[in-house]
Amino acid sequence: MITDQLAKSAGQWLATPGPLSEIVISSRIRLARNVAGYPFLSRASDDQRRELADRLRVHLDARATNGQWEYLDLDQVDDLDRQMLVERHLISRQLVDAKGTRGVAIATDESTSVMVNEEDHLRIQVLRTGLQLDEIWHQINSIDDRIEDHIEYAFHSRYGYLTACPTNVGTGIRVSVMLHLPALKLTGEIERVFRAAKDMHLAVRGLYGEGTEATGDLFQISNQVTLGRSEEEIVNEFKSLVIPRIIDYENLARQCLVKERPLQLDDRVWRSYGILKNARTISSEETMLHLSHLRMGVHLNRIKDIELRTLNELFLVTQPAHLQKIHGERLTGEQRSSARADIIRAKLSGR
Amino acid sequence: MTDISPQGEKRERHLCEECAQKEGITPNPQGAVNLSQMLTAFIGGGKVTAQQIAELRCSKCKLTFVEFRNSGLLGCPCDYDAFEKALVPLIERAHQGANQHVGKFPRKQEKPRTAESDLIRLRRALVRAVDNEQYEEAARIRDRIQKIESA
Ligand SMILES: [Zn+2]
Repeated sequence: MITDQLAKSAGQWLATPGPLSEIVISSRIRLARNVAGYPFLSRASDDQRRELADRLRVHLDARATNGQWEYLDLDQVDDLDRQMLVERHLISRQLVDAKGTRGVAIATDESTSVMVNEEDHLRIQVLRTGLQLDEIWHQINSIDDRIEDHIEYAFHSRYGYLTACPTNVGTGIRVSVMLHLPALKLTGEIERVFRAAKDMHLAVRGLYGEGTEATGDLFQISNQVTLGRSEEEIVNEFKSLVIPRIIDYENLARQCLVKERPLQLDDRVWRSYGILKNARTISSEETMLHLSHLRMGVHLNRIKDIELRTLNELFLVTQPAHLQKIHGERLTGEQRSSARADIIRAKLSGR
Repeated sequence: MTDISPQGEKRERHLCEECAQKEGITPNPQGAVNLSQMLTAFIGGGKVTAQQIAELRCSKCKLTFVEFRNSGLLGCPCDYDAFEKALVPLIERAHQGANQHVGKFPRKQEKPRTAESDLIRLRRALVRAVDNEQYEEAARIRDRIQKIESA
């Protein structure tokens, strides 16, 4: 099963850091779609849910893809594997918690996943490292076209693509960019970014989306307005305006630390390195914090013998479900802390 | 917050939290649109009476507007028409005043490309450009609007 394969690697998409990856971890676009002739999921019967999943699965398997896919019926997937897919950002927490027939089609290169029967009948998403929004939009638009060739979507000439929640109606598009902003956090400037984002009707969230806290200085910025603007306009605003501004701001804060507080900067970076290289037990939260400082230290050339790629991989494999999958068994909290410290020491010493 | 008058003037307004809530601007620190707050603000606004809202029901999926208000989720695609009166102000509030889709159309469906729909889109783009202080972009959009209007 695809979940076993995923646990063993950081994924092709993570293997090569994308454009601007010193600050942009990943870019993602999601499209919400519903099939015409069916109620939305809150009013769908068990039979309708099953019928939808069967129909969509057939189309996803047979037509809408040119690469390789695997379809997982979430009811047939065990807890740990589901949790790992969430950690991998391939499915949402909401899909895990939902009841009834639901599933996900995952491209084996992990760039694309299509959730079936989440809040909407279909949630198509494409994910890439670094800032690659044009490429993603191009890819997801054509996946959407190919599905649309065979499935009629619920569409309204005035309101566009109809969604279960009116906050997604119109384009159904959610553009999200995951940013690493340690210097803005350290200098306390991050609040200003939040305020500016809010003024532009953007949402700022933590690592796992809605309702989660930012850990390891990772922040996800996404659009909230989906109606009255075209997909290209929304993508363009992110690509040319929102993200470059935040990147400039973070770079400025990093340079400011280098110039004005080099001792404090180095102290923080090297302490984090020391803890990660030597700890025998470490929590997920502490790991995120130190990996974040280390990642900044690598980008600012304070530490020269670690690659960004190694750190990206560590962000991924130190999460609870990944650790347990790699170990091949369920671990208690205490065992996880020890296994986590072991993996970090091994990766940082190049083993 | 910044308002733009129809003449394109920018007007700064400073709102206390209470006023902000009245304006339907949620003080949620993460900036997420809070549907239930929006609904409360909207229903408090008295544009449609509570009685009228209570009577709204979709004939297809049988969902009532009150049920939608409690869950935040619609029951079927027909609800957009069945609840239109109550839903449009809500949609506008969630989408910066927009109530007309201008993005992708299904390939099987003819996309209406009228001057009117171009104007709607461009006027909104103009407001956004000014908001983002992209004045050159704003000037370009304004020129395009004038060209369509004079045609
Ligand atoms: Zn209905």
